[in-house]
Amino acid sequence: MSFDLEVDNLVRDFASFRAVDDVSFQVEKGSFFSILGPSGCGKTTLLRMIAGFLEPDDGDIRIRGESVLGVPPNLRPVNLIFQHLSLFPMMDVNENIAFGLKRRKLQSAQIKHKVASILERVGLPEYGEKKISQLSGGQKQRVAIARALVLEPSILLLDEPLGALDLKLREQMKIELKKLQQDVGTTFVYITHDQSEALVMSDQVAVMNRGAFEQVDTPKGLYAHPKSGFVADFIGENNAYAARVESADPFRVRFDQELVFEGRAMHDLTVGDQCQLFIRPESVVINPAPDEQLNRFQVQVKNVLFDGANTKLLATIADTGLEIMTALPQDKRFDHVSAGDKLEVGVFQDSCICFR
Amino acid sequence: MKITGIITAIFLALGPASISADTLKLLTWKGYAPKPLVDKFEEQTGIKVELTYSNNEEMIAKLRATRGSGFDLAQPSQDRISSVQAKYNIYQPMDYSRIKTDQIVASMLKAVQNNTEVNGESYAAPFCYGTSGLVVNKRFAPNANDYDALMDTNYKGRISYRLKRPTLIALAFAKGDDPFAKYANEAAYSDLMEGIGDDLINAKHLVKNYWANGDALLELMRNNEVHVAMAWDNGGWKLHEQNPDIDFVAPKSGALGWIDTFAIPSKAKNVDAAYQWINFMLEPENAAYFTNQEKYGTASKGADQFLDPTIAGNFSRSFTQADIDNINWYPPVPARLESIEGKILDKVKAAN
Amino acid sequence: MINKGQLTLYIFLAPVLLWLLLLIVIPHIDLFIISLQIEDDMGDMVWSLDNYRAFFDEQIYWLTFVRTAIYAILTTILTFLITFPVAFYITKVMSFKYSGFFTILLLVPFWVSEMVRIYGWMILLRESGVFNHFLLQIGLIEVPIEMLYNDISMVMGLVYTSMLFMVVPLMSSLEGLDDSLIEAAYDLGASKLVIFSKIVIPYILPGITSGAIVVFMLTLGNYLTPNLMGGKNSLWFTEQIYNQFIASFNWNQGAAFGFLLLVLSTLIIWLGLKLTRQNLSKALA
Repeated sequence: MSFDLEVDNLVRDFASFRAVDDVSFQVEKGSFFSILGPSGCGKTTLLRMIAGFLEPDDGDIRIRGESVLGVPPNLRPVNLIFQHLSLFPMMDVNENIAFGLKRRKLQSAQIKHKVASILERVGLPEYGEKKISQLSGGQKQRVAIARALVLEPSILLLDEPLGALDLKLREQMKIELKKLQQDVGTTFVYITHDQSEALVMSDQVAVMNRGAFEQVDTPKGLYAHPKSGFVADFIGENNAYAARVESADPFRVRFDQELVFEGRAMHDLTVGDQCQLFIRPESVVINPAPDEQLNRFQVQVKNVLFDGANTKLLATIADTGLEIMTALPQDKRFDHVSAGDKLEVGVFQDSCICFR
Repeated sequence: MKITGIITAIFLALGPASISADTLKLLTWKGYAPKPLVDKFEEQTGIKVELTYSNNEEMIAKLRATRGSGFDLAQPSQDRISSVQAKYNIYQPMDYSRIKTDQIVASMLKAVQNNTEVNGESYAAPFCYGTSGLVVNKRFAPNANDYDALMDTNYKGRISYRLKRPTLIALAFAKGDDPFAKYANEAAYSDLMEGIGDDLINAKHLVKNYWANGDALLELMRNNEVHVAMAWDNGGWKLHEQNPDIDFVAPKSGALGWIDTFAIPSKAKNVDAAYQWINFMLEPENAAYFTNQEKYGTASKGADQFLDPTIAGNFSRSFTQADIDNINWYPPVPARLESIEGKILDKVKAAN
Repeated sequence: MINKGQLTLYIFLAPVLLWLLLLIVIPHIDLFIISLQIEDDMGDMVWSLDNYRAFFDEQIYWLTFVRTAIYAILTTILTFLITFPVAFYITKVMSFKYSGFFTILLLVPFWVSEMVRIYGWMILLRESGVFNHFLLQIGLIEVPIEMLYNDISMVMGLVYTSMLFMVVPLMSSLEGLDDSLIEAAYDLGASKLVIFSKIVIPYILPGITSGAIVVFMLTLGNYLTPNLMGGKNSLWFTEQIYNQFIASFNWNQGAAFGFLLLVLSTLIIWLGLKLTRQNLSKALA
């Protein structure tokens, strides 16, 4: 297996603040790799080190096997799509895309040909003469990608490029971007704080928190098997409760004095340990069959949050002040549910996962 | 409400000064209204004095622009009044009955009256007089005794003069010509001045700079940056007090004598105050104070007794009787000579 | 019928229009009329184009203008070359903490009048001045040199006087330049030189243009600096206008020169805009 990007034990400090803390990972050739984390987690610093705008304090970065430490950005075989795209406003689309090619001193006929074909590829064949200000948000996006891809970089780095778009366009661009990546086969390293972007597009996602990677996995793996409370909380929606281990075998936790749930410990937890209990909204079963083996409890509906296929119930757990969010399948069965209703619900013990 | 208040405050603050009738607006030269005398005058009469400093050319231009209003009293040189008055009518006839003529040197008053006469009326009274000649640092330029020293290669880079009409006239005298005699003949005058202009251009590399500000020139001489300059006598005398090497020298071909006057603009608002100021400044004691301070000669008759002994000393040191007889007093300048001179002076300044 | 909003607008606009009319338009019309008149031999005013003809016929007049214009252009270019690194450093390199302080430092000299600033330079540069004293002290020279009263000191004074008017528009357009544009160019393989010539300069071109127009006009219209620092060779066109008005009492000629200055300087700016493919509204926006 060959890696386009290998990062070893990368460290970067800003004064006394460690922005990137001993990060290592590999990105497979031709894959779509995302780094997902909340703002301030160090993902931009990491990306800028890969692009060459920052030098690491420690560790190594190899692109296609060769260390690029000390190589300035204009000589690295990577290109970066900036958060605000950074198209040159004083040039038209053609000039923007040709900018990098001209720096490589290509012949003008060759440049012309390459620019035309990349524009075709991103679906903007007639747009070469347009000014940047005449483009829509999505078109700018595509021009920015074309400007980088035309240089045929080993790796394309993307710094939250969809952040500035409106929701609808963002959804559309996610799919387009993924298609484009598969088409051209270039390795993409994509950073974002938006989990849905990361999950939809990526082959691999690294979840980053406080300068370090919490977990690197496929989107599905991250969702189904989070390795830390942070990942469980950050990926997808989750109900989280502070709890205490009641017994080890069977594993039970008690929370809010009254409630004791059977669950699954994700690492060694002994009786009396403080832990966090996570329950995904969609794992909550409403009106479970009487013979099912699960954690049962009563809730009172506070609100029905209608959102089409994504409709949810916000409820309080009986006799406690705790809130719980549950999915409400839109299959007509629960159309009668409304605020104030009392329901019995249940969660399978496998869906009650606990982290320290 | 707030804004109205502010505006009212501004008007209240500006109001009294701008509407008060008891203000004398004086258009004069720097040094002609020493602060202690202004204070004394304000105390005696209750009239506030507003000073605007200027020179002959700007005085005329200002009054011409306002058609003789905006000032209550001006102090042009006597030779620059009659032709300007004939053309632009910016002064009003002087009412000599309102001036204490007995405190003015009679011959000087007579001369000014004659020189400023237009259509039977005279327009000015004398205030002070002086001469233009050479201010020389004798340590470096012991032999500079005529205007041609201003073009002497011995003093290369140590020469300074004004690029103004007195320089042209002085150099014409130094050449043995008499520019005043050619005042009436425009063509001859023009030829003469063209020649002087060429001389100035040829000698331009010798000049350090053309001075425009009297204080700046004195500073240059004080620092030995300039050794020979054409300037007013009082400047030389002031420097002599600080450095005995420097003194005013009456040039061989004649110092240029001028008389500065009082003239009342045609649309003066406070004519009374103007006459009061004239009489005040010519009071022997006040005139003497002015002369002691500024070293200009005064037109006040009784001032002699109040003068410092150094004043007389200055004069006798720089002027022999022959020098005094030799002074070329400016006659009134006919119209249009200024534009001939102006063009020549421009050429000199532009030349390399 | 004027509605209330429009009425308010007119009321607010009235002082501005009045001001424009009374203080700008009418005096210019008056000046223009004066410039078209000459005094005939009888001393009467007659209509004539002689005042304008004199400009082209008399070599000294148009040569002075050409000289003034060339020096004004030179001053503009030098001002840009000197202030650009300063503006760039303050806006892009220096940390935000200090940039405000340095901006104020740039402004401080302009709190005093031009006259005072020029005299300051004269004290430094004169033969018995600070620089000469220093050079003598360290033994670099044996006799003092006159550093004033030549074209170099004059241009230096003009550049110094104009710097603020260049540095402010440069800084404001540099502030508008997103750093990521520079990084993007760098990332796409551009060298520093290319980034400057292809990204930074084109981006701030409107700022350069507006700064250059202001500096050019101010320099062309300057009177004090050429006179005081340039000394004997520094006949400036404005001085010629002054001389016509004040020394020669020839207001008609002076007015004509004033108008020629207006027209010719406008022409030069127009040419400059054409050559750099700029337009005025963009530069002043």
